[in-house]
Amino acid sequence: MIRIGIDVGGTNTDAVVMDGNTVIAGVKAATSKDVMTGVVNALRKVLDAAGMEASAVDVVMIGTTHFTNAVVQRRDLAPTAAVRLCLPATASLPPMVDWPEDLRDVIGNHWFLAHGGNEFDGRVISPIDEAELVHIADQIRERGVNSVAVTAVFSPVSTDFERQAGEILAKALPDAHITLSSDIGRIGLLERENAAIMNACLRDLSRDVVAAFRGALADVGFTGRFYLTQNDGTLMDAEFAERFPVLTFASGPTNSMRGAAFLSGVQDAIVVDIGGTTSDVGSLQKGFPRQATVAVEVGGVRTNFRMPDVFSIGLGGGSLVVDGPDALTVGPQSVGYRIVTEALIFGGETLTTSDIIVADGAADLGDKSKVAGLSPDLIRKARDRIAFMLEDSVERARISADPLPVIVVGGGSILVEGPIAGLELIMPNHFAVANAVGAAIAQVSGEVDRVYSLAEIGRDEALNDAKARATEAAVAAGARRDTIEIVDVEDVPLAYLPGNATRVRVKAVGELHVG
Amino acid sequence: MSVKDAYPLLEADLLPLSIGAALLGTGGGGNPYVGMLRSRELLRKGATVDILPLEALPDDAWIGEVGGIGAPVVGVEKIEQGEECYRAMRAVEDVANVKMSALICAEIGGANSMEPVITAAQAGLPVIDGDGMGRAFPEVQMTTFFIYGAKPAPAAIADDKGNTVVFRDVVDMYWLERFARDTSVAMGAAAGLAIAPMRMDFVRRTAVPNTMTQALQIGRTVLDARARRLNVVDRVIATTGATLFFTGKITDIRRELKGGFARGEAKIAGSGDWQGCEGRIAIQNENLVLWVDGTPVIMVPDLIINLDLETGEPITTEILRYGQRVAVIGLPVHDLMKTPEAMAVVGPQAFGYPDLTFTPLALGPVHG
Repeated sequence: MIRIGIDVGGTNTDAVVMDGNTVIAGVKAATSKDVMTGVVNALRKVLDAAGMEASAVDVVMIGTTHFTNAVVQRRDLAPTAAVRLCLPATASLPPMVDWPEDLRDVIGNHWFLAHGGNEFDGRVISPIDEAELVHIADQIRERGVNSVAVTAVFSPVSTDFERQAGEILAKALPDAHITLSSDIGRIGLLERENAAIMNACLRDLSRDVVAAFRGALADVGFTGRFYLTQNDGTLMDAEFAERFPVLTFASGPTNSMRGAAFLSGVQDAIVVDIGGTTSDVGSLQKGFPRQATVAVEVGGVRTNFRMPDVFSIGLGGGSLVVDGPDALTVGPQSVGYRIVTEALIFGGETLTTSDIIVADGAADLGDKSKVAGLSPDLIRKARDRIAFMLEDSVERARISADPLPVIVVGGGSILVEGPIAGLELIMPNHFAVANAVGAAIAQVSGEVDRVYSLAEIGRDEALNDAKARATEAAVAAGARRDTIEIVDVEDVPLAYLPGNATRVRVKAVGELHVG
Repeated sequence: MSVKDAYPLLEADLLPLSIGAALLGTGGGGNPYVGMLRSRELLRKGATVDILPLEALPDDAWIGEVGGIGAPVVGVEKIEQGEECYRAMRAVEDVANVKMSALICAEIGGANSMEPVITAAQAGLPVIDGDGMGRAFPEVQMTTFFIYGAKPAPAAIADDKGNTVVFRDVVDMYWLERFARDTSVAMGAAAGLAIAPMRMDFVRRTAVPNTMTQALQIGRTVLDARARRLNVVDRVIATTGATLFFTGKITDIRRELKGGFARGEAKIAGSGDWQGCEGRIAIQNENLVLWVDGTPVIMVPDLIINLDLETGEPITTEILRYGQRVAVIGLPVHDLMKTPEAMAVVGPQAFGYPDLTFTPLALGPVHG
């Protein structure tokens, strides 16, 4: 199987061609303002490098920051109505209550509370009121709003209310995009509702972006299936991505960590992805990034997405090196993409980390003579500082005393001098385009997050039920059944509840079914 | 700030109050985030809440105690209708035939720090600067008020749907805990509880004093340290008189349900000054005991607080997980919680550790 992986980043659009498990070619192209031109350029370049026609490619996987950036920059967002099924509960906090005002204003601050929703144990808070929902639909239509997010209390335990309400609203608003929160998030009403609303407000954009990706691929002669990558390192097909654009949030760091695991053949490790301005550091467990457990904000909005537990430090190939009176500092300021004009080795006047590495003879980049005058003492101090920053971040990311290897990827990998924190260092082939590789090899997943009463069915039975549901969800998402593995099982007893109520989360992943 | 002065609680106080309350929650008490948002909504709509020192009101003024009762995880999904505690408080007023002059927290730790603020905003009442625990505990009877003889009835519990149940005659505080717990589960594991009115002279004698102010100050210390990029853990220790007892990385976390509570144990591999040592924390919603290399070094009712080693964020027992790097600090509980009467209700024996003898912590130096 021939596949292409593309990673559309803020500075570079990277692309790789892979034949099975072999990387045939990898390239970097500048990201263009319209994004698509950069994608077309990267595609042409990588096909050229691989000596291949687009018709030989079976499938294309794309990682993109487009939707994250749309929310962060408050652009291209559709007016959206939030409908919550809850009354009389939850009336004290309306939808979008803790959003930044500018973002709330951009999408119109349209919200409605309706009857419906469940208790923790599946009992009904109040029955659904069809007339009430039809009346809400009338108001949504009058306001000219075409995107709707529906959230019911405890919908992760029972999705019935959201589905019913979704059908009623779809009948009354035949042209509207409708997002159900239970399709996206886990327990935590405000965070799940936030995700559903952000998803709904991205639906117009996702239609355009997915069409543009399709156009870019057609432009180079590719007419097969293509996928977008999610924040948990798995894929969604183009149609699904169009419906759930919010799931692409934070897919960039995930792709580079997954790519690092693939290129090195190591499944449990610390990954350091060194770019131009920052380094992302996280830990791999079974080939997947460890997930964050606390609420993650996107564009100022609190969410409970499955986000990789990655932190950034201000260290990259373009980081400024300043030999101050008290101490030598490295970063967090960086020349970023202007490195090609501002760094000493490229004829500029700013001392960067890349200049230090070249001066030390550890890399061949730019004009070495421009850094010949740097003192050996300065070079040593800067390299020590860089080594300290890397060591400190790796120590932070370590989750056990086991001597896990450290995998270094990204364009700024030349900063690494030797083993970090005394751990085995791995710098795989094609390390500079690990993120595009991560996109190319992304798998398909299914996840459940439910509350079980262990007094009624026992722990083993509950876990088996959850695993079966996760497996079915993965198959529904396009995984080959015979490749599915359960990669994550977590059960947390719910304090104060009788009957051993326990919240179970299970994730299953499998290889993409192609054919 | 002099604790002798009343002061209005402002919107800008809510974030620091919630951070301080989470820290005093000693791992439990529920997350104050939802309560903070609810308080903020009320203040933005024009409500005002004054914090009164314990000295402010006359002896015969009636004080109400309100709080949420239920499972913390339900509280983040089925958010309150909004008037649960308010209706419970009004029901108690009706049955007792008194009017409340002010409200007070059952527990300053966790989500219940915010409930009296919300009810006070709705009822137009002030909140007393103090509480019944000086921290968080899992059960209704574990307040200084009940330990020193507050009446268990009349009490009332209300839900989101308009149900209000009044407990007219209750034999003792343990029966109240049992009835209230069972009723709260029937109500969907999220309800508002109000206990019998207390006279101000009794509250003055039995409340843990100045804890609203204390939570606010802790929260401000954390925010200030973050803004100035100082070590948050060091700053919390310096300003509270807490002592650092352990630093390390969580290597095992075991949880199970016993008697309707989340019980469990966390193991921590030492780092820094505790390199090579093993820490162990017993949990029942809150942190109960810290052992270092098998020796108990902090135990209930003293406060055992886990902070994220880097950010200083309080880590509740529900989000404790493998690999977290924590600083464990200890803070002495108020003297009202150390008497023989208190030990019977909240000492190590009351939590199922018959072999432990409570060894109180000393308060460390407090500065800046």
